[in-house]
Amino acid sequence: MHQELPRTADLVVIGAGVVGAAAAWFATLAGLRVVVVDRGGIAGGTSGAGEGNVLVSDKEPGPELELARYSRQVWGEDLGPYGERWEFERKGGLVVASTPAALGALRTLAERQRARGVVVREVSGAGLPALEPRLTHEAAGGALYPQDAQVQPMLAAAQLLRLARQRGAVVRTRTEVVGFLRRRGGRRTGAAPATGGDVGGRPVVTGVRTPHGTVSAPAVLNAAGTWAGAVAELAGVGLPVLPRRGFVLVTEPLPPATVRHKVYAADYVDAVASSDAELQASPVVEGTGGGTVLIGSTRERVGFDRRPSPAAVRALARGAIGLFPILASVRAMRVYAGFRPYCPDHLPVIGPDPRAPGLWHACGHEGAGIGLAAGTGKLIAQALTGEATDLDLAPFAPERFEEGGWCG
Amino acid sequence: MTTDRPTYDVAVVGAGPAGLAAAVGAAEAGLDVVLIDAGRLPGGQYWRHDEHAAPPRHHHGRLFTRLSARLRHQRRLGRLHYLPGHQVWLIDRLRPDSGPFTLRLNGPYDTAPVERDRVRARALVLCCGAYDRQLPLPGWELPGVMAAGGVQALLKGQRAVAGSRAVVAGTGPFLLPVATGLARAGVRVLAVCEANPAHGWLRHLDGAVRAPAKSAEAVRYAALMARHRIPYRTRATVTEILGEDRVRGVRIDGGEVLEADLVALGWGFTPALELPLMVGADTRRDLDGSLVAAVDARQRTTVPDVLAAGETTGVGGAALAVAEGRLAALSLAAAQGLPVDPRAVRRLRTAIRHGRAFAAALHRTYPVPDGWTDRLTERTVVCRCEEVTYGELCHARTELGAEDPRTMKLLARTGMGWCQGRICGFAVAAVTASLTGRPATAEDLRPLAARPFAAPVTLGELAELGEEP
Amino acid sequence: MVRMSRAGSEERTGMTLAGSPGPSAYRLTFDGTTVTARPGQSVGAALVAAGIVAWRTTRRGGRPRGLFCGIGVCFDCLITVDGRPGQRACLVPALDGMRLSAEGGGGTDEGGGGDGDD
Repeated sequence: MHQELPRTADLVVIGAGVVGAAAAWFATLAGLRVVVVDRGGIAGGTSGAGEGNVLVSDKEPGPELELARYSRQVWGEDLGPYGERWEFERKGGLVVASTPAALGALRTLAERQRARGVVVREVSGAGLPALEPRLTHEAAGGALYPQDAQVQPMLAAAQLLRLARQRGAVVRTRTEVVGFLRRRGGRRTGAAPATGGDVGGRPVVTGVRTPHGTVSAPAVLNAAGTWAGAVAELAGVGLPVLPRRGFVLVTEPLPPATVRHKVYAADYVDAVASSDAELQASPVVEGTGGGTVLIGSTRERVGFDRRPSPAAVRALARGAIGLFPILASVRAMRVYAGFRPYCPDHLPVIGPDPRAPGLWHACGHEGAGIGLAAGTGKLIAQALTGEATDLDLAPFAPERFEEGGWCG
Repeated sequence: MTTDRPTYDVAVVGAGPAGLAAAVGAAEAGLDVVLIDAGRLPGGQYWRHDEHAAPPRHHHGRLFTRLSARLRHQRRLGRLHYLPGHQVWLIDRLRPDSGPFTLRLNGPYDTAPVERDRVRARALVLCCGAYDRQLPLPGWELPGVMAAGGVQALLKGQRAVAGSRAVVAGTGPFLLPVATGLARAGVRVLAVCEANPAHGWLRHLDGAVRAPAKSAEAVRYAALMARHRIPYRTRATVTEILGEDRVRGVRIDGGEVLEADLVALGWGFTPALELPLMVGADTRRDLDGSLVAAVDARQRTTVPDVLAAGETTGVGGAALAVAEGRLAALSLAAAQGLPVDPRAVRRLRTAIRHGRAFAAALHRTYPVPDGWTDRLTERTVVCRCEEVTYGELCHARTELGAEDPRTMKLLARTGMGWCQGRICGFAVAAVTASLTGRPATAEDLRPLAARPFAAPVTLGELAELGEEP
Repeated sequence: MVRMSRAGSEERTGMTLAGSPGPSAYRLTFDGTTVTARPGQSVGAALVAAGIVAWRTTRRGGRPRGLFCGIGVCFDCLITVDGRPGQRACLVPALDGMRLSAEGGGGTDEGGGGDGDD
């Protein structure tokens, strides 16, 4: 009972996760006719297996922090009127340092972030209980990041797609892209957006093939998350997006405000930035509107293995109890794994691909994809319509890995 | 807590009919067995009993008495280690297809004594049993409405009843012992509402199937129903449960109201599939619509060294479960090179074939009626834990694009709560499929049957998880 | 039209069968009320036998809940036992002197919560 696919569109988005949904919404808003396809369901990949982080606190100064700040602003302003639909909550992040040395390092990071416009307030050890009454009394101190927020990521994806549909976008799930429509390069159709590269001789992407038909479009956006590398390969280009497994523990529902902020240990930033294949674990603890407490997050490079790993689960539990001793007697109801799409330099891929004109990417956001989705979507829409982008996309260029030899 | 015990030849999970038979059989064949069961007493849901009461003297009672005696004997000989009151919350294995399994255990409540927090075994026999299948209807979340098996468990295991005027409703022969049990306990049973025409059971049992014990059972229940003057109403469905803060009555087929303070509901059974799914065993949709573990003619699942028996492989009753459990034990013994009597294997295969044929006849006689979702209203609770209504499911389907139960779970929170979809999983799969205009498949059932922890576990326990499997 | 001849009355409906509470029975309290239990009975059985059919309030709707599946599957019957919350009343054996208390309420209807699934 597959509904018919439109034969043509201005933009085909591959991936009905939160990044694809945000891109679809902003592109639709900009007047493009958008078709979204996904081989599975809505938010069925990494979007549905995370925590809904919209964080500025965990980023070192650099392009990702700039994108995070920008995206946080888009979540709050452009998308602000719809915030209730995806339970947008300005709950704030509280980073906790267990030792004076860690507090010193946190202070230094906070200072550098502040210089980039991040709002951050130092909290003394004595000041922590007022913010988080259940927090361990052992902590040396912390930093409060009021801009950190949370969304319900599956609802965010579904509602953004709903908004886009209401303005004419078409969404087709269970519709896998099995190949691209391509033609020899050199000619440019009038509708093709600026790609900013030399297109002579390179095959130009002109649409997608699916088992339910083809869609011709001058632009195809690869928002396939962890599976974006495989999609790029269909277009004949290399994209080094790899899975990094993260487990999240879900507790039984607890009384409201048991955990008030996104609370994490100061070493989380190191783990996020690490390239180590070994299990990295640093606790991130937060409550949800449903009463459950989510405990993330481990990071391991183990391919696509979903089986719960006792070592990972143990690390999560220990970390969480370290922050909130009260959690020791609380029951976990389940655990789930997500595969965070990461690139070797831990930056996302955003923008047109000069190696395959017509192909665009918005992927590789690692564990920050929910937070970065809104900004990414808006930037993509700006670039697609030939507007000046609010942020320089150069650090996120798809071809940046070529020289480095990542793509072999 | 001891953890450094030697690896068992086999861990049997569940001490109902299948698990008891498998564990006793494996121990008698010479294997080193550990039998793990969440219940305090052996017998499972079928042979649930009160420790202070003698087991019943009918056919099943005798079967249970004999198995219990053999269990005691094997324990005395030291061949079988029995761990009652232990639930398995995680099974892990170093490599997906080989090496010993580690089963992580805890107690069913915080202060329960736990002898072992993990055991290791080279093979598994999963006999996890089943529980009442439920179909949501308006008012089913009111106190005083219970699963038929829960009412039975109170009667048989606890010698307690939860009301004084009862209606027993749903489908299937299991409604009868619940009704007669209540009546014997002095409860006024106003009606058994059997949704199906139900010919083939009480009236003319399928002659093609030889099942003398079952026939005797049917005759016995018919007599008991008559003696207690319990109206047996076929093609009758409770369409609404009435009451504010507790049940006050039921509406039958949209009209007649019976005043009752206890309603027992059951629509067949749902096998507990979390452990087979956890180890990666293939599953299929059985004739009754339930997800079950796929097994071969030796009770082997698709995962090496994992066998399954009883309701885990398809709902079929205690006698069939015992035969499957015995066969699983003989399969394991043969795999270990121990002598196995081929005639015993043949006899068991014949018994299993007959048992399956009989189960198939029952499933055909007592199906979940088509169109049951028609009685759901906007405000009917479908997922009891997260209080997700039918209206919310419809919204998630039409407005948010939830076309399958997994997406429904992500967008509407069905199955996200305490029970992890055990109660609503079947219904959510059916509702989602019907809202999408297609029949439910095994694919629909799996997402709400897979549970990465098979039981809740405290973070304190997780923090102490042993290093190596 | 539903006519409820006994509507509103909190008549005692449950009971413990033969061998019911004698001198050997355990005495428990449920939010201050004394409840008796036969050795071996679960706290859930003791409560329904005493005519108490609900002891948990749901988080979203504030609705009453008690025993449903009766065999440890549904978690509807969660109760606080001697200060430990979240125990399944159908599984915890009653013991003399146990203090039982109702659970839940005070929840929010703010929304779902962002836990995902793999």
